[in-house]
Amino acid sequence: MGYVVKEIGQKNKLLLSLCSFLIPILLWCAVSYLPFIWHPQVQITDSGSVSYLQVGSRIEKSVFYSEAQNAVAHDSAPPQGILVNPIYLPAPHEVAKALVTAFTTPPEQPDTPWFHQSLWHSIKIVFSAFLISSIFGIPLGILCGFSQKISLLTEPFVEFFRYLPAPAFGALAVAILGINDAPKIAIIVIGTLFQQILIIANTTRMVDKGLIEAGYTLGTNKLKSLFNVVIPAAFPDIYRDLRVLLGWAWTYLIVSELIGTTSGITWFITQQARYQNFDNVYAAILIIGVIGLVCDVLLMKLGERMFAWKAGAK
Amino acid sequence: MNDSTFNSHEYFQKIYARPVILEAKQLSQVFKHGKNERTVLNQLDLKIHKREFICVIGPSGCGKSTLSRVIAGLDPYHSGEILVDGQRITGPSPERGMVFQGYTLFPWKTVKENVMFGPRMKGASQMTAEAHAREWINIIGLDKYENQYPHQLSGGMKQRVAIARALVNEPKILLMDEPFGALDPHTRQKMQKHLMDLWQNIDITIIFVTHDMDEAILLADRIIALKANPGEIKEIIEVDLPRPRSLALMATPAFQQLRARVDQLVHAQEDELDPSLQDLPKIPRMTQVSTDK
Repeated sequence: MGYVVKEIGQKNKLLLSLCSFLIPILLWCAVSYLPFIWHPQVQITDSGSVSYLQVGSRIEKSVFYSEAQNAVAHDSAPPQGILVNPIYLPAPHEVAKALVTAFTTPPEQPDTPWFHQSLWHSIKIVFSAFLISSIFGIPLGILCGFSQKISLLTEPFVEFFRYLPAPAFGALAVAILGINDAPKIAIIVIGTLFQQILIIANTTRMVDKGLIEAGYTLGTNKLKSLFNVVIPAAFPDIYRDLRVLLGWAWTYLIVSELIGTTSGITWFITQQARYQNFDNVYAAILIIGVIGLVCDVLLMKLGERMFAWKAGAK
Repeated sequence: MNDSTFNSHEYFQKIYARPVILEAKQLSQVFKHGKNERTVLNQLDLKIHKREFICVIGPSGCGKSTLSRVIAGLDPYHSGEILVDGQRITGPSPERGMVFQGYTLFPWKTVKENVMFGPRMKGASQMTAEAHAREWINIIGLDKYENQYPHQLSGGMKQRVAIARALVNEPKILLMDEPFGALDPHTRQKMQKHLMDLWQNIDITIIFVTHDMDEAILLADRIIALKANPGEIKEIIEVDLPRPRSLALMATPAFQQLRARVDQLVHAQEDELDPSLQDLPKIPRMTQVSTDK
């Protein structure tokens, strides 16, 4: 604490974090509700004498004005309309409404899933993929970080493989694993696992050498050092890595859900986009963000609790 | 024991009569950086007796830390031999406990769990390890802190725990590599006193690396003064000051005399190593500097 680095109070911290959400929302409100900022189109309320204009359709401002002038010049009724944004930018209140109705509206066809069912399907895909990736990635990463031999045997290939774009394996995954959930999970695993190995290996390598050496002078051998010094010392940082990696797994979700039969939240989004229900599309995207953020905050709080010793350690 | 009854000749005869616990024969350590080789320790011969308190001192780069790491078994040595109790050392072992300058307590373990680490690694049961650990935590006087984590302790406390963590394994030798280097002067003095008390009352040989001459003279039976490039023993000084010692000893003429001698030994070489230190430029007085003060 001092003049150079001032500690920010708890209240102000919360306020600033709140503002980081408020600012983009306010911008969005401004663009949506203040016609003079953007509103490049006109929504027709009365087609007047212009026969090709339909009530409710949107046309460019310039087209509308020239049609109106044209009509006035010919002494016929001009079209009427209001300034609007393009259909792909719904206003906040429309999205908020969509967010509620998405959960309460039954699916249009009886055999298709509800919104929350689609969402739950997506969540299951992400977490099972992340679990499978972690089962291999965490131990392998730790071993790579611990032993130079294992690292040299593994990492060059992993380094190569991580540059291959996971979605490129889509067709292959479908051919091998069928069209249901398995290939989707495979794509997320491919996208996550190789990064996971490298990141965790690096974190493990960062363990303070002094601790490892102290362990040896207290009677550890290689194996005991791994389990009693290296892993506990690296664990909080590995946990933090996993939080970041879980975020990456989410980013692979949409691509993976397009593989085989489209499913989950992606199915919902593509379906709604097809009918130009962009308010629903935004609602679905927002929900993904909220789930991600809530997950991360929960994991962070859990981590702070589990690794209380780490807080003051450095 | 006081000045009149302390007979330094007799004292050292007694030390030399004890069995040799550590012997270095023609010990050399060479570091390779690509094609360059740097001899850090050059054919060191050394005998340390049981229950001796040895301080290793020397200019930076003289290999005093290297020596302690080699004895600890953390670095393999280039040539020669180190014998502990007649046995060649082949790697780190709890029989040579080590206290490092940096704090190396396991931050995820409480004080008690840190001290229990050695016994647990040896295969002692939870109960036995805990009993041993308690005993040592009591000795270093941190029984009120046994359930605290290292980040809750002061620097001096951390190093006391590190000492207990090493001693609980009943090592033959305790290696200390500038253990009090990061402590403030007051804490440092307290720790020196504490360490002397410990050493007086338990059966332990201590090899203590430091660059602080006062610390070396205060603590040591013998001071091994190393010189750099290559690291060789310049002189071994018998510290013939009465024991037990107190901090008040530092004000005595005998101490000051010894200090002058050690100072010359160590610093003569430092000047040699860095000639620019010998003729530091005289700073000219700037005209615009106010002369009020």
